[in-house]
Amino acid sequence: MTALVLLLALIGGWEAYTRLSGIDEFVLPAPTAIATALYDDRALLWSNFTVTAGEIGLGMLVAIVLGLACAVAIHFSAGLRRALYPLLVGSQTIPIVLIAPLLVAWWGFGLAPKLAIVALVCFFPIVVPTLDALDRVDADLRKLMRTFGASRWQTFRMVEAPAAMPGVLTGAKLSVAIAAIAATLAELAGSDAGLGNLMLKAIPQFETARAFAAVLILSAFSVALFALLALAERRLLPWAHQSRGTAP
Amino acid sequence: MLTRTRAAEEAPTQVESGLGSVSLRDVCKTFAAPRRGADPVAALGGLSLRARAGEIVAVVGPSGCGKTTLLELVCGLSEPDTGTVDAAPAALMAQRDLLLPWRSAVDNAALALRVAGVPRGPARERAAALLHDFGLAGFERARPGELSGGMRQRVAFARTLLSGRTILCLDEPFAALDALTRQEMQDWLAGALLAQPRTVVLVTHDVEEAIVLADRVLVMSPRPGRVVATLEVDVPRPRRRSDPALVALRERALRELRA
Repeated sequence: MTALVLLLALIGGWEAYTRLSGIDEFVLPAPTAIATALYDDRALLWSNFTVTAGEIGLGMLVAIVLGLACAVAIHFSAGLRRALYPLLVGSQTIPIVLIAPLLVAWWGFGLAPKLAIVALVCFFPIVVPTLDALDRVDADLRKLMRTFGASRWQTFRMVEAPAAMPGVLTGAKLSVAIAAIAATLAELAGSDAGLGNLMLKAIPQFETARAFAAVLILSAFSVALFALLALAERRLLPWAHQSRGTAP
Repeated sequence: MLTRTRAAEEAPTQVESGLGSVSLRDVCKTFAAPRRGADPVAALGGLSLRARAGEIVAVVGPSGCGKTTLLELVCGLSEPDTGTVDAAPAALMAQRDLLLPWRSAVDNAALALRVAGVPRGPARERAAALLHDFGLAGFERARPGELSGGMRQRVAFARTLLSGRTILCLDEPFAALDALTRQEMQDWLAGALLAQPRTVVLVTHDVEEAIVLADRVLVMSPRPGRVVATLEVDVPRPRRRSDPALVALRERALRELRA
């Protein structure tokens, strides 16, 4: 409620400032101008939105699949942990701004470089909480499974994998926020469609309101994805929010 | 809380053949120093213990006298440095219930059966029957987070029994409960073991718990742990805590512990 009031006050102040100061619309468009752009350009925005949403969705899917595979591999093998973890951390220091144009040069303007960049950025926040959750599984629980004669795989399937699910979802939630930025950056580096592409073209055309509208859509999409994941977490893992005393 | 005849008739957890026995002889176990510069930790120093088939043996001792190490040896989770450990496969029940928070009570109780490859349906049926005997009818589908501490320990005990092991290792099973629930659970466990006998090694620092439940109580020394006194509890069951014979034994055990 207070958040809504604050938001309205902010938008009101913005609107008042643009009207009273007489600032050029292509420098700072008024909220009403952005709303108008949102409506007038809806077909254009929508067609570009579907491109970017696809890049974010598929990129995150790639990141989740690779991230989980990597986390499980590291969890099972101390050797892989020593070999892979430094590489993983290193992968996060690659400046995306630098590598994005290179990837475009290698793979063209299509989907491939976008997927690679979104996946590269989202991979790490998925691996780390997943691996942490796997490592934090109570040693006594593993012992218990051993007294039942459970194999390594059974212990993983019945105890470790379910225990890691909250970590996976935390990772996915962290990724959502940065996936949109990654997709935009990838499009800025070279693309023929998408909201990032639209923003890049809108500024020199003095269609600043349209660029703002694109940003607005991208934010709304990220918030919606995040909310969806939070909902899935509450639905699928209700136990993770109950008593902490019994958490493994 | 427990219908003894029913449990005996249907015997959802009856073990196939006779009960196993446990025999530890002159067992020593030393752990590497916990950190650089510290001394290695001698947990057990020449401990001997025998539990005949169907016998309940309690081990009491001060904190850190190697009680948990002893149970891990019996369960085959670790090997002794010297001495021999001779025991049929044993199931372990710890102070913490270690229930899986995402599984319902019945699925938690059925965990060992599922590990053994029993299909979900029959495993659930057997687990539900036992939970019913344990006074948990109606809570089969509840998750551990929705159960009280005493209920969770009963689910954990059901899981331990359903593992089909003839030897149970109980590691301070009720230490995490409040005093009142603890007494309730001790009486309940005594009844449950009367209905479904097992060879039991019970480790505890609660002397009264040991005397109320066990056929024999071993008193352990501080680290490195070994047995310093053996008390036979020749009191028929069901036992009353106020029984003068039990009270006298408790006093004796406490004296041995302080010695």
